[in-house]
Formats: sequence, C-alpha cells, structure tokens
Amino acid sequence: MSTPTLTERRRDRRPHTPPQPIPAQRRGGWKKLGWALFFLLPSAIPLLVFTLVPMVSSLWVSLHKWNLISPMQWVGLDNYTNLLTDPMTRRVFLHTLIYVAGYLPLVYAGGLGLALMLNQRLKGRAFLRATYFLPVVTSWVVVALVWKWLLNPANGLVNEVLGVFGVPGPGWWTDPQWALPAVILSSAWKDLGFVMVILLAGLQAIPSDVYEAALVDGANARQRFWRITLPLLSPSTFFVVVISLINGFQVFDQVYVMTGGGPSGSSQVVVGHIYDLTFRYGRAGEASALSWILFAVILVITVVQIRGQRKWVHYA
Amino acid sequence: MRLLKFAAIGLTAALALTACGQGSATKEAAAPDGKATVRYMNFSSNDGHEKDLTAIVNAFQAANPDITVQVETVPYADYFTKLQTAVAGGTAADAFELNYENFVTYATNGSLAELQNVDSSVYKKTLYDAFNSGGKQYGVPESFSNVVLFYNKTLFKQAGVAEPTADWTWKEEQAAAAKLTNKATKTWGDYQPVSYNEFYKVLAQNGGEFLNADRTEATFNSPQGVEAAEFLVGKVGRTMPTEADGAGTPDFDSKLFKSGKLAMWHTGIWMFSALDDAKFDWDVVVEPGNTKKASAMFANGLVVNAASKNAAAAQKWITYLSSSDETTKTRLASSWELPPVADESKLKAYLDQPKPANREAVFTALEEPILPPVIERQQEMQDAVTQELGSAAAGRKTVAKALADAQSKVNGLLKK
Repeated sequence: MSTPTLTERRRDRRPHTPPQPIPAQRRGGWKKLGWALFFLLPSAIPLLVFTLVPMVSSLWVSLHKWNLISPMQWVGLDNYTNLLTDPMTRRVFLHTLIYVAGYLPLVYAGGLGLALMLNQRLKGRAFLRATYFLPVVTSWVVVALVWKWLLNPANGLVNEVLGVFGVPGPGWWTDPQWALPAVILSSAWKDLGFVMVILLAGLQAIPSDVYEAALVDGANARQRFWRITLPLLSPSTFFVVVISLINGFQVFDQVYVMTGGGPSGSSQVVVGHIYDLTFRYGRAGEASALSWILFAVILVITVVQIRGQRKWVHYA
Repeated sequence: MRLLKFAAIGLTAALALTACGQGSATKEAAAPDGKATVRYMNFSSNDGHEKDLTAIVNAFQAANPDITVQVETVPYADYFTKLQTAVAGGTAADAFELNYENFVTYATNGSLAELQNVDSSVYKKTLYDAFNSGGKQYGVPESFSNVVLFYNKTLFKQAGVAEPTADWTWKEEQAAAAKLTNKATKTWGDYQPVSYNEFYKVLAQNGGEFLNADRTEATFNSPQGVEAAEFLVGKVGRTMPTEADGAGTPDFDSKLFKSGKLAMWHTGIWMFSALDDAKFDWDVVVEPGNTKKASAMFANGLVVNAASKNAAAAQKWITYLSSSDETTKTRLASSWELPPVADESKLKAYLDQPKPANREAVFTALEEPILPPVIERQQEMQDAVTQELGSAAAGRKTVAKALADAQSKVNGLLKK
C-alpha cells in the first residue's frame, strides 16, 4: 500500500461529509444544480459505492454472527459486548496505544528538528528535502522489509554497529519486549519526511518581521524558538498531531510485514486483529464490530483534540 | 483509509452473498452436446508440481472425453483466504482441495456436497474415514505425508555419537542433541519448532490427550501435557536455536540443515526432493517417542462444492485424481505427497528411490500416526496454543501457566 499523498490525507480527515449541493440560484438554479451534480458524479459514485455503502453494511454485519460462508445469524449487540470483555481486545488496544505514544513524540521531534535544519540556508537544501521525503512515498512493504533486515538480531546492520561499541543489541522483532519498539522506530523513520514538509511550510509562513522585532528587543535564539517559532507553528503542529493520531491508530502494514503481530502476539494491533478475525478466523461480525469500536475511539480522540485546540493553537 | 478498505471487502462479500441467495450467481455456461467443464482449485501442485497435475488432468480428459478440467492453482499461504471468499461469493470451483484440519470447518458449514456411491475399498481406510463428517462422506483422501527425524550422518560421525535408531526415546535424543550442539561453531543438535503442530504430537508421544473423547473440552493441561511442553520448550536455546537466532522465519530450518549446521531435524517427507543437493550424508528415522511412539501425519482431501452444477462430473474427476493408477504413478515418480491407495504394493516404487536410504521409516511411522486435533475454530486454536507456548519459550510465563492459559482459551473456543 503506498502512502497517501498530502491531499489524500487532508481528505481523510472528513471522509464522511457528503458532497454539499450548491444552493440553487433564483435564475436557472435547477439547471446549474443539475450540472453541478453531474460534475460531482465521478467522485460521488466511488465515494458512495466504495465508502458509504460498505460503512453502512459493515454496521449491519457487526450485528450478526458471520463466517463469510454460512448465512448470517442475527446476534444483536453480542459482538460488541463480547469484544468489550475479551482480553484480546484490551491487549490489541494497549499495543496500539503504546505504538501511538512511542511514535508520535518521536516523529514530531524528529520532523521538527529536520524542518528547523532545512529551513536554514544550507548547501544542497533541495536535495536533502527530497531525500528526507523519499521514504514517505515508498511502499510500506518495502520499508518494513528493509527495516526487518536492518534490525535482524543475528546479522542485521543495527546490531552489528551496536556490537562495534560493545553494546549487545536486543532481539528486536524476535523478542516480545522489543517487537513494538522496532515497529515504532521504523514507522517514525518513514513518516519523518511527511511531518518535516508540513512543519517546513509552517515555518516559512511565519513572517520574518516578527523575528526582526524580537531581535531588536534583544531576544536570544532560545527565546525566539519558544516564544515565536513554536506558538506560530501551532496550526501546523495541530494538523500533524491530528493526522498522525488518526493514522497511528490504524497502524497495520508495518506490523503485518515486520512481525505479523508476533512474537506470541506481543505486537498485535487493532487493525491487525480485525484482519485476523475476518480472514483467518472467519469472524466477520466481530471484526466489523471492532472496526466500529476503533472508529468511535478515533472519533472521540479527534473531537477532543479539535475542542482542545482553542487553548493552544494560535492562528496568526 | 485502511478501515474503509476492510469495510469495502466486507461489502463485496455481502453483496455476493445476497446475490447468491437470490439464485443469480454467476451461471456456468450450459455445456453443449453433453460436455461438462469441471473447475478445480488446489494448492498442493503449487511451486514445483504443476506439470505433474497437468499430466494427470490430460490422462483424465483422454479417458473422459466429455469432461474438461479447468485447474486453478493458488499458493498455500493465500489458499484458504481465497477459498473462503470464493465460497462466500458463490464463485468457488466445482471441486477443490482441503487439508484435513480445515475439512471439518467446511463440512459443518454446509458448503460441501455429499458424495454418492464412492468405492471406498480403493482407499486406505483411516484416510477415507478422515473425510467423513456426521456419518456423511463429504470427501475422498487425495494424498498424505508424515513427519520423521532427519539427521546429518556426517555430524554424528564427527562428534562420535551413535546414530538415532527407531528405538530412541526423548532421553536419547536430548543426550545426543546436547553432545552435538556446539555454540562456538553455531552448530545445533536439534530443531523442532515450539508450535501447535509439534505440541499435540509430543503430547501423544507422552500418552496425553489433547481433547476429550467427544471433543467438547481440552484436556492437554495434564501432567503428561506439562512434561511434553517442558520437553519442547526446554530445547530452546539449549540444543535448539532461538527466535533471535532466526528460528521460525521461513526456510530457516531447511537452510540450517542444508548448510550442515543442524544434526537432527523434525520435519516432513516433502523435504526429500529439496535435499537432493545436500553436500553431506543424511538419513531419516522414525521420530523418538517418550512413553509411546506417535508420528504426525497430514492428509489432504478432495471435495465437491455443494453449489456445483456439475457435481457428478466433479466427483468423477476427484475420484480419478485420488485413486487412479496414473495419479499414483505420477505422485511416486515425482516424490510428491503419497497417494492414499489401499493396495500398498502400489507404493513400492517409492522405496526404489536411492535417498534417503531408510525410506522404510516413512511407512513405519504410519503405523502409529497422530492426526492434528481438529475443532470448528481451528485456526484460532492453533494460534492460541502456539502463542502461549511461545510466551513460555520466551520466558514470560512458566510452562505450567502457559499451558493452563492455553487450555482455558481453547475451552472458550469450544464453547462458542
């Protein structure tokens, strides 16, 4: 699966907004509306067929017991209550939370560092920007396989280098304690470029006269960073945090390729569990219910963030 | 959004199901002048035996000019996902292959046609009965294979350790494995994955039972079970490589054995042809047991889709594919899996091939076979047992605790 482009990610934020009809004008309104709808068809039809209908039907499936083969059996809310008491659900949500908690600070700090660095007048700046962005447009399967090799405990590059300094490297994806950190590390590495680009755009939108005024007032570099750069960067930060959390809760590809959820289920995440439930265990009803639970969790977190932004996001 | 992709898959399947329910599923073109086309899906010819299957198809078509067989071959890793979706969508082939473990799931969910007037006398009885469910014959055995102990004769000679014999028990195996393990040269004495498939077998070798007689409750958390699991888990890192050494990754064990760094290897007879180019001398022997002998046996079967419009022709094809002399000859000549025929004299050709010298062991092992314990929620059970044993192997749980947890998980799966 290739990483969505920036515009796709933006669209991801509100996939449930139906196309808004253009208000009919007094003169020739209906005709205009007709044309508008006609031009909307190419994007409205796929949205309807591949997004809205499946969403509604998965809600229907989530109320049934269904192994994809035998006819569906109505079970009401049983799938939901079973999932809420199933220790496996708690486990995969815990792993997902650990993933997000490890990934977000890492990718934000790293992305901010890169953005600050590449905002300077460096030699080969364009080349460096392109290089750091390269992993973002690379297929997750490729990245995960490369990292799996880098982190191979027996002959991987990372442990070889650690060995040179006399540090015995951990078992990474073969060790239940280190499997999630290995996934976090490679995910942060891959997404650094995306965060960097957003923050770089944010940095360049900060007017230089603010800095000039601060310089005149005698503010040092640290004060300028904490008092000007970070606050004025907060809209970009907000965007990065919201998107990263939404994507983080849906982490799947890298886990599937690097660890397959193992060893002993120690790195299984929510979406990986949804996949297993449907395609390995033939429990499509519970898988659909778990999808909706995940949706609700992401929705709540996003709403809380949007509410909370007033307190810390400064729009210039 | 990934979540939505899953939903989309769900929808496609749902739509297909409704379509099927209304009887508007893809109709096969009515065959003109009495000719029938049988679609056949399989995994076992993938990766090396496609030619052999084609030879069998050609021979069948020559003998039955009114039937055409259309083969679809899918890699094992994707096979059951694909089959599940195809059956759900009403597009599954007329006849397809199922392994014994998955047979029960399909037989009980009504997607298989009961076979009519099967001549059971041509099949080995135990194998034939394996594809019976609730007194109805839903399939015929197609092939079988088993697990034996492979060993590197050169390593045994170098270490001055006596070669394994059919009388060996766990004790002799472990004593030899300890002597053959040399961590300095990264040479290991033994390899037997800590997994469901190995556990139910060592359990049987120790006189334990995985499930009670009517398969309603798990019974493996017994003194025999704990001892068997401790035997298995105790090998890790001592005489057997750990996950950090790479154990469990694809082809790890075959590469290790082929590189001459593994003295004993518990694996299936399907590896014979892969070891043709080994640069050392090797042989096989029946696996050691503890209180009794038990060798893992795997079987594949052939079934007819309940929704097939060509059930009679499909049954003719699977009968041919499972029991004809042409098939038997092709399987033996290519060291494919063994044909399930009752007449064992037909299997002689298998023993004529030079390597390994002790091919007899394959048949000796069949005298005390253990089939995988099967429940309706098979895949979940296998995953649960493998995961719990894995936790014990990684030192996160005691063996006793892991086994108790695994048992309560399996009991949970039996209840639902």
